[in-house]
Amino acid sequence: MTLLRQALLVAGKDLRIEVRSRVALNQVLPFAGVVLLLFAFALDPDRGLLPRVAPGLFWVAVLLAGLLALSRAFAVEGENGVRDALRLSGLDGAAVFCGKAMAVAAQLLALEVILGFGVVVLYDLHLHNLGVVVAASLIATAGLAAAGTVYGVLAAGLRVRETLFPLLVLPVVAPVMLGATRAWEAALSGAPSEAWPWVQLLVVFCVIYVTMGWLAFGPLLEET
Amino acid sequence: MRFWARRGTVVLGGLTAASLVVLVVLGLFVSDPDFQQGDAVRLMYLHVPAAWVSYLAYGVTSLASALYLWKRTRAQAWDTLAGASAEIGVLFTGLTLVLGSLWGRPVWNVWWAWDARIVSTAVLFFLYLGYLALRKVPADPAVRARRSAIAALAAFVDVPVVHFSVEWWRTLHQKGTVFDRELNPAIEGNLAWALLSGVVAFTLLYLYLLERRYRLAVMEEAIEGRALDAAIAERRAEADVVPV
Repeated sequence: MTLLRQALLVAGKDLRIEVRSRVALNQVLPFAGVVLLLFAFALDPDRGLLPRVAPGLFWVAVLLAGLLALSRAFAVEGENGVRDALRLSGLDGAAVFCGKAMAVAAQLLALEVILGFGVVVLYDLHLHNLGVVVAASLIATAGLAAAGTVYGVLAAGLRVRETLFPLLVLPVVAPVMLGATRAWEAALSGAPSEAWPWVQLLVVFCVIYVTMGWLAFGPLLEET
Repeated sequence: MRFWARRGTVVLGGLTAASLVVLVVLGLFVSDPDFQQGDAVRLMYLHVPAAWVSYLAYGVTSLASALYLWKRTRAQAWDTLAGASAEIGVLFTGLTLVLGSLWGRPVWNVWWAWDARIVSTAVLFFLYLGYLALRKVPADPAVRARRSAIAALAAFVDVPVVHFSVEWWRTLHQKGTVFDRELNPAIEGNLAWALLSGVVAFTLLYLYLLERRYRLAVMEEAIEGRALDAAIAERRAEADVVPV
């Protein structure tokens, strides 16, 4: 079986679990919605602040909800000895990494589409240069999923993983947050050419952590 | 295994203490106040060396982690060294931020500025704080060592990305002066000497602290091992007296 088929197998498994358990739909998505509301409470909606800072708020909401989705992605492995089954399955570590990252990325993308509608409606954000916005979002999501999966497996199986995981992953993905927000701002303010350096930065980040996960996931999975 | 009285350590400690005295004399008494910053410039003799030591410490952590992961050089000692160096690194990163803040108040009129280098230093602080937290989680030494080594490298490869992202975001900090050839004469004579003595003193201090922390960690590991041996011996003794 090729690596791609193996990865798709793992991704399919994770997504099937999500479709059936509906944890992402029933818990993670409403959580992100509440975060959007809280931002409006914190920044008075009448002062015209919200549309200006909407890209940043959007990505903070994605990041916070993404933490939940990532924790969930590894919590499902902890139950019923699934991790042992995964180890015994003979699947390549790199393929398992890609599969899990793809499943997380798919969930994050779905979340971003819905949250995107949320910021357009709630924060009165006007979308321009959709191509740049979508490109930046896609690559940022891939980077988030890759880095999150690397740190997810690092923290998986530890007793303190719920508290340790956010501390480990948030400083690491800080550049993604920064890059995606600036790219969105540039695109939305009608200067898409200024977005490209940020998109390049996001690409570099993504490549780094995909490589990292590709190499390190197997050995880490062995030990958790 | 001894904690005290290795001659090399004593000599290193003596040198460190002497160089710190030199730094105090040069920094507080010999060097002139800056014509713009006044006496606040003296904080730079601590701030810049502290920043240098934190980079040095993270460099050593990354190198030791890589050496641990490479099969031919794998040894528990590299893991211990990586942990010891990261602890000192976090300490000095925190010190860098605090000293910079104390300096910023009189010179920039703010405690904190959202400047590129300050922000990336703060991110660095949290990156390695997370690494130390991961190290504190109890586990089998070999498992923990491999996990920590991978985490250290994963944090290390993030450093340039953080640096450039924040650099593009905003820049207010003065450019590095010492390593810029065109600007090199910008630091006046006795100020440069004070700064240099600060770098030397802090580097020696780093080496001294690293040696102490490393030795302490080795002894901690030995105690853990001994406690385990004692517990096993006790259980064995119990098993001997139980009637069959």
